[in-house]
Amino acid sequence: MARIAGVDLPKNKRGEIGLTYIYGIGPATAKYILDKAGIDVNKKVHTWNDDELNAIRNIITNEFKVEGQLRSEVQMSIKRLLDIACYRGLRHRKGLPVRGQRTKTNSRTRKGKRKTVAGKKKATKK
Amino acid sequence: MARSIKKGPYVAAHLETKVLAINEGKTKRGVIKTWSRRSTITPDFVGHTFAVHNGNKFIPVYVTEFMVGHKLGEFAPTRNFKGHSSKKVG
Repeated sequence: MARIAGVDLPKNKRGEIGLTYIYGIGPATAKYILDKAGIDVNKKVHTWNDDELNAIRNIITNEFKVEGQLRSEVQMSIKRLLDIACYRGLRHRKGLPVRGQRTKTNSRTRKGKRKTVAGKKKATKK
Repeated sequence: MARSIKKGPYVAAHLETKVLAINEGKTKRGVIKTWSRRSTITPDFVGHTFAVHNGNKFIPVYVTEFMVGHKLGEFAPTRNFKGHSSKKVG
């Protein structure tokens, strides 16, 4: 069982894909890591031997921030915005889009499920 | 698109001279009234209070070191949404 940075990697995936199961590692980073460790990107995760695993672990711990550490860094950055009460912080506080997107429609990811407002008249066509 | 690093941060010249004058002790400390919302907060600004115009009135902004790199306008919201009226529209 390949366990890196506290995450169990899926056995039957290609290395390139398997590494992306770690928070903070996407396709580009995964490819970079495998290239640097000298492992074929098409090699399945369960066929990695201990040397290869250690090489990957070393690269990740030395060069990247992953999982808990990365999550807390993101949280800290958001908290900083909240604390200084700048525009972006206020948007985070209200749960609205932060980067200037429209909110007349859409932006459901930030706003969550639609809450119907009672008494709002439907526009009638004339 | 982000501003080119080559140019350095933008700070309105009149604002910078005022801040530096206070830092050098030439003028008295006090609230600096400004309309220049687009000025970047530089490390010189830390500890000063600015009255930043929001289009209607001046919002007092006390600058801390965490605010460096942001613009003054980010701390004086221009819209003040208090929620929709609960009254039914007839």
